[in-house]
Amino acid sequence: MKQLLILSGKGGTGKTTVAGAFISLSKAKAYADCDVDAPNLHLISHWSSAPQRSDYFGMPKARINTAKCIGCGECLSHCRFDAIKAGTPFRVKPFACEGCGVCVAACPADAVSMEPAPAGELALYRDDARVFSTAKLAMGSGTSGKLVTEVKRRMGSDAGDAELAVIDGSPGIGCPVIASISGVDMVLIIAEPSLSGISDMERIVKMAESFHVKTAVCVNKADVNPAKTEEIRAFCRERNLPFAGTIPFDTEAVKAINSGKNIAELDIPSGRAVRKVYENVMELLWKEAKQHDYKSSVGEHGGVR
Amino acid sequence: MADKPLTVAVLSGKGGTGKTLVSVNLAAAAGEAVYLDCDVEEPNGHLFFKPEKPEEETVAVKIPQIDTELCTGCRKCVEFCAFHALAVVGGHPILFGEVCHSCGGCALLCPAGAIQETDKAVGTVSSGRSGHVDVFTGRLNIGEASGIPVIKHLLGKIPSGGERPVFIDCPPGSACAVMESIKDADFCVLVAEPTVFGAHNLAMVYELVTLFRKPFGAVLNKCQEGENPSEAFCLEHQVPILGRIPFDPELGALNSEGNIAARENQRYRELFGSLLERIGKEAQHEAASDS
Repeated sequence: MKQLLILSGKGGTGKTTVAGAFISLSKAKAYADCDVDAPNLHLISHWSSAPQRSDYFGMPKARINTAKCIGCGECLSHCRFDAIKAGTPFRVKPFACEGCGVCVAACPADAVSMEPAPAGELALYRDDARVFSTAKLAMGSGTSGKLVTEVKRRMGSDAGDAELAVIDGSPGIGCPVIASISGVDMVLIIAEPSLSGISDMERIVKMAESFHVKTAVCVNKADVNPAKTEEIRAFCRERNLPFAGTIPFDTEAVKAINSGKNIAELDIPSGRAVRKVYENVMELLWKEAKQHDYKSSVGEHGGVR
Repeated sequence: MADKPLTVAVLSGKGGTGKTLVSVNLAAAAGEAVYLDCDVEEPNGHLFFKPEKPEEETVAVKIPQIDTELCTGCRKCVEFCAFHALAVVGGHPILFGEVCHSCGGCALLCPAGAIQETDKAVGTVSSGRSGHVDVFTGRLNIGEASGIPVIKHLLGKIPSGGERPVFIDCPPGSACAVMESIKDADFCVLVAEPTVFGAHNLAMVYELVTLFRKPFGAVLNKCQEGENPSEAFCLEHQVPILGRIPFDPELGALNSEGNIAARENQRYRELFGSLLERIGKEAQHEAASDS
């Protein structure tokens, strides 16, 4: 199974809109939403059956047994995350606690323990033909990389004979992105023709290059600033990155999304353009010559954070 | 006003709704102000402010350094590490630096005193000035997993007193980095766009600011004819709508070229000026009803 990951660096460039279109055009049997901070793909995916939901446990959180606490302050002085509140008794600030366990080791009274803490919810949609894996991180939680890894694992183990998996990624370059990129066959970057869009694209391109994964770029809302679109093309030429095409700004696209449709289903300018981008990306994805063996560079330590 | 300056965090859940547009223009409209870009994975505010001669500081975290001469191979550190950042290879632990959380537990526990902590750079904070605005930008190094240390360092730049309002441009999402960024804010501005995606992610940050009991209001961006699911959400949940920014190709053009609309265009100077006034009033109202 080939895995195509859609990233952007900058948020709001159209990752989910393009992912939705690609899923529809390819009739993908396996897909996932790895933007666990702000998942949206389920809003334009149509499933008649409810998903199988399960709790996601991130890092455990410290708990102080107030009956045993002697108030010595060892936990407070050793905690690097400002997660202990002084007082009688001492308390743990659950949102600040990262689950390292230093307080447990430091406590002379055996008053601190680590307790499992739910940090989100996984949802798996499945029928005879398809699987869709998604998740939502709990408010203010860390460890999103670990959750992303779990979302992909669940998609993979239920993918059956699917030839293609489409994965919607998250913005940024941090832990969820690192976790999502590990093991995919190709990254498609959705860029936006603005000063901010170009700056963010350059950072995500460097990120993808450090993983030695095949990367292509397309520009969304390309006609909003044709000069900047041209700059992106030039950047791709210079860096030898395949340019997968452009999608115009289209008010009809907003209407389509708000009515739960994907743009590829409709005969609108953005829909026609995304079909062309899709054809280019599929050609690149299935091209035999693999540039690098990138899977070895990440390993299981790819996205624990 | 109290002795503490007004601190406003701008967040959205969804990316690309206009957090940077709103926070940069609010700071520009405020005259003397402080702007912090906490979107350390993809900072963009500096592209608009173009601060002159910014000074750059390195942000470092502590990582363990293992002295293999002293190490007895007891594995205490490996067993302790909750993040699986240490593994024994060839009789001694080696470090996977990118997943180390710098908790210091391994150094604390090592019975042989074989672990010292050393600095590892994970990003930078640069400080500069643009017009009347002090501009602070955090940048996470590419390949680093967590921006939290950079955000913490950046928030340390907030002046402890004075009159100048502070504007915090937050990262997208509603996870740890956002929580860290809004921790010190007196007021949160939620920027939402008129799509079901925008409304869905607005609901998430609404939950976050409610959970942290922060006073807040919404700014509706990219408003155009037709339905606005984010507006519907605000009305349903009684979220005060602080202002509306129209979908406007002229604003889009200014913004895509890295220009600050409130500095270049009279209409937007007025729009962000009155938005700022409204935020000031809401924040004061909240402070009064709190005490």
